[in-house]
Amino acid sequence: MKRIGIDVGGTNTDAVLLDGDRILRSIKTATTSDVMSGISTAMAHILGDDQAFEAGGVRAIMIGTTHFTNAVIERRGLSKVAVIRIGLPAAHSILPMQAWPDDLRREVEGPVFLVRGGHEFDGREIVPFDREHMQAIASEIRDSGVKAAAITAVFSPLTSACEEEAAAILTQMVPHISITLSSQLGRIGLIERENATIINSALHGLARETVSAFEAAISKSGIAAPLYLTQNDGTVMQASHAARFPVLCFASGPTNSMRGARMLSGLDEAIVLDVGGTTTDAGMLVSGFPREANSKVDIGGVSTFFRMPDVIAIALGGGTIVDAENGLVGPKSVGYLISEKARVKNGDTLTLTDFAVRAGRMEFGDAALVADLPNTLADHVDAWSRQRLADLVDRMKTSAADAPVIVVGGGASLVPDELPGVSRVIKVEHAGVANAVGAAMAQVSGECDQVFYDIGREEALERARKIAERRAIDAGADISSLELLDIEDIPMSYIPGNPLRVRLRVIADLAL
Amino acid sequence: MREFEFDELEALAIGAGVLGTGGGNHPDLELMCAQAEYRRGRRVTLIDPQELADDARVAVVCIMGAPLVTKERLPEPVAICKAVRLMEAHCGKPFDAIMSIEIGGENAFFAMLAGMELGLPVVDADTMGRAFPEAQMASFAIRGLSVAPFAIADIRNNSVLIPEAENATRIERIGRKAVVELGSIAGTCAAPRSGREVKDHAILNSVGRALKIGNAVLAARHSGHDPVDAVLDAEEGALLFTGKVQDVSRRTTDGFVRGKAVLAGRGGFEGQMLEIDFQNEFSVARLDGRLLACVPDLITVLDEESAEAIGTEVLRYGQRVVVVALPADPIMTSAEGLTVVGPRAFGFDFDYTPFTEQPA
Repeated sequence: MKRIGIDVGGTNTDAVLLDGDRILRSIKTATTSDVMSGISTAMAHILGDDQAFEAGGVRAIMIGTTHFTNAVIERRGLSKVAVIRIGLPAAHSILPMQAWPDDLRREVEGPVFLVRGGHEFDGREIVPFDREHMQAIASEIRDSGVKAAAITAVFSPLTSACEEEAAAILTQMVPHISITLSSQLGRIGLIERENATIINSALHGLARETVSAFEAAISKSGIAAPLYLTQNDGTVMQASHAARFPVLCFASGPTNSMRGARMLSGLDEAIVLDVGGTTTDAGMLVSGFPREANSKVDIGGVSTFFRMPDVIAIALGGGTIVDAENGLVGPKSVGYLISEKARVKNGDTLTLTDFAVRAGRMEFGDAALVADLPNTLADHVDAWSRQRLADLVDRMKTSAADAPVIVVGGGASLVPDELPGVSRVIKVEHAGVANAVGAAMAQVSGECDQVFYDIGREEALERARKIAERRAIDAGADISSLELLDIEDIPMSYIPGNPLRVRLRVIADLAL
Repeated sequence: MREFEFDELEALAIGAGVLGTGGGNHPDLELMCAQAEYRRGRRVTLIDPQELADDARVAVVCIMGAPLVTKERLPEPVAICKAVRLMEAHCGKPFDAIMSIEIGGENAFFAMLAGMELGLPVVDADTMGRAFPEAQMASFAIRGLSVAPFAIADIRNNSVLIPEAENATRIERIGRKAVVELGSIAGTCAAPRSGREVKDHAILNSVGRALKIGNAVLAARHSGHDPVDAVLDAEEGALLFTGKVQDVSRRTTDGFVRGKAVLAGRGGFEGQMLEIDFQNEFSVARLDGRLLACVPDLITVLDEESAEAIGTEVLRYGQRVVVVALPADPIMTSAEGLTVVGPRAFGFDFDYTPFTEQPA
C-alpha cells in the first residue's frame, strides 16, 4: 500500500512516497509563503514522471505542519474570539485569559462572559443554566461582529449539556459563527481546557484556509487519496477534523521526527537526535513512541494541557557559526542560508558544516575550499561538538548505561560516529526526511478521560477501553490493529462512590 | 506585622508545594488568583504570632474537599469568608486575624485570599506544619483544644454549623459528609483561637518556612544553581533518593487515596529501589526495604530539574525525581503528637524514628 508523508516545516517542506515500509522517493524543498506551491513542488518530484501510475496507487496522504503553532507564537492569522464560561457562582476567581501574555491577548480577546450554570463532578447542576442571560450574550456577540466563539462549562468533560445548549442558542442568533466547545477537546482542568478552546477558535479561520490550500495542492497533483494531518502523539486525524481542531496539531513536528527515526532504524528504545540548521533536538523513544514531558506545556506563553514530547534543544546545527579567531562555536547560526553562507559553498561564514565536510563525514559543496583550515581548530571544534552532544544524550538518559542514538535531520551527518556514553550511533538512510517518514507512518488514536463510580478497577478500565476504541474506529482505525498505548487511573480522594478517573489511549493502523 | 510582597506569592506557592508532601493540592491556581488580586491593588499583611495580643481572636480556616474539583470550579475563597462570617455570628464577636489549618498545598493560599477579602492579617503559623489528611491531625487537636464549633459553607447559600462535637475525629467525619453534599468542596472555619492559644499550640512561623524554601528555589533557578540543593540547604533536610518513577499503584478506601510509588535509582542510587507509601500525602519511604523516613517527618518528591513539588496525584511513570526528607515540628513528634500522626496512626506496625537518626 502506497502513502505519501509530507512535513511542512518553517524552512523546509519534506516529502516521501512509501510503499509499505519501503521508501520509493523522497525530496526536501523550501517551504513557500503560500504553503501550496512548496507542497506542489514536492509532490511533483516524488510522483516523478510516471505520475498517472504512482498517483493511482496512493491510498493516503499525511501532512505534519508547524503552521498553527507558529501562528500562535508569531501572533499572526488569529481571529478575535468571544469567550463564554459557564459556572457561576463558582469558577469566577480566575478570569478567562488572565495569565495570557498581553500581546497575544490583544490579538485574540473578544467579548468575555461568565454565565450561571455548569455541573458538579457527579452530574448534578451547580445552579440551573441561565438561558435568558445566554440569549442576551448571543445578541451582544452578534452585534460585536466577532466570528468565533469558545464555550467552556465547569465539568463539561463529564457533563457537556450546558455547553451544547449555549452553542445551540448562539448558533440560532449568530448563524455563521464558528464555535469550539471545551468538551470537544476533553481533559479535566478548567483553565487549561478553556485556554486550548480559545486558541482553537482563534485558529479556525487560518485552519480552514490552510487545510483547503493543502487539499488544493493535493488535488492539483492528480491524487484522489484522503488527506490526514498529524497530531502531537504521533497519530493522524482526517483533514476536515484538523480544520476544526487545529490545536491538536501543535507539537507534531518533533513527534514525527522521532516516529520516523523509529521506522528508519527499527529500534523501539533509543535516543533520537534531530539535527537541523540551527538546533539539535533530543528526544527519547520508549516502546516506539516519544517519551512525554513532565511539566505543563506552554504554547506561545499560554498554559494548555496537551501532552508534549519530552524534547531538549541545543544550539548546534549545520549552520552553527564558528569564530576561528577566538575558537568560539555558536550559538549563532546561518540557519537555512547554509547553501549561500558556508565556506564549502564559496560563502563567507565558517560553520559546523564546513568542518564536517573537512572531516569527510559529510558530502556538501567543495571540500577543497576548507582544506586550509588548521588541524588544531578542527580538533577543537570536533571536541566541542562531541562534548555538547554527549551532554545532551546524557540529559535524556534514564540510566547510566550506554544507550543507542539514532541521528536524523538535514544535519545528521554532522554527528561523529562515536560518542561518549553512546553504545552506537545509528545513521539511517533517508535521515534528512525522517519527519516526513514519521508523518507517513502515523497511526490513528482514540482517547477516553472519564470518571467511573462504584465499579471495580478492571471493569472501569474495560469500559474506558471500549470508549477509546470506539473513538479510534470513528477516526478511521483498522479494528484488527487496535492496541493499548497508555493508561492512567487515579482514584479521587474525599468523594464517595469510589470514583476512579481513567485516562486511556489506544492506537491503530488506518483502515485504508 | 508587614505587608506581603508580590514577589513572595510565587515563593509561597513553591514552598507550600514542598510542604504539601505530595498532598494538599499544588497551589498554582490559587497563586494566579492572588497575583490577580495584587494587580488589582489588593494587599494582605502577615503578622508574627508573637505580635498577637493574648486575647486576640483568630479564625482557623481551610478549604475542605476533593483536589480535582478545584481544577474545575476554581479556588473559592468566598466560601471561606462565608464560614468565617457564620462563626462570627455564632460567637457574637469579630475576628482580629486569620490563619490556615495547614501550610502544605493550596490551603497556604486560602488564608491569604480570605484575609485579603476580609481585611484581616494572616498569622505566620498553621496547625500542621505541612499537609495531613484529617482535621484531628492538627496541633490544636493534639493539644486537646476543641475543634468545635465548626462552620462549613459553599458558594451558593448553603452552610452548616456544628456547634459541638465529642472530638475532632467526629467533626472530620460529619464535615466530610456535608462537604460531599456541597459539591465536594467547601470553606471551613474552626473554633476561634485566642492569641495565647496560637502562641502556645500552633506550628509557628510556618508561612516563613514556606517562603524561605520558595525563595531559595527561585534564587537557585535564577543563578543557575541546583534548586534541589537549595531546598536541602534552606531546611536542614536530607536527600533520600534520586530516581525514576517505575510504578504507582493507588486505591481509594474511606475517601482516601492510598497507594505506593516505586522508584528506580539513578546516579548514585543506580541499582537501588525506593518505595514510598502514601495516604493523600507521602507517609513512609523505604530504601531496598530499609526504613529511611516516616511521618510526621516530611517526605517530599521534587522534579529533578526545577525542584517543583510533585503531588501523589500527578506521579507518573518515567518522571525523574529527587526525594527529600525535612524535619517535623516538635509538637508533631511529641508523645501526644505521635499517637495521632505517627506511623501507627497511618496503619504501619512500627514506631517513629526521625530520618536524622537512620543509619546512613
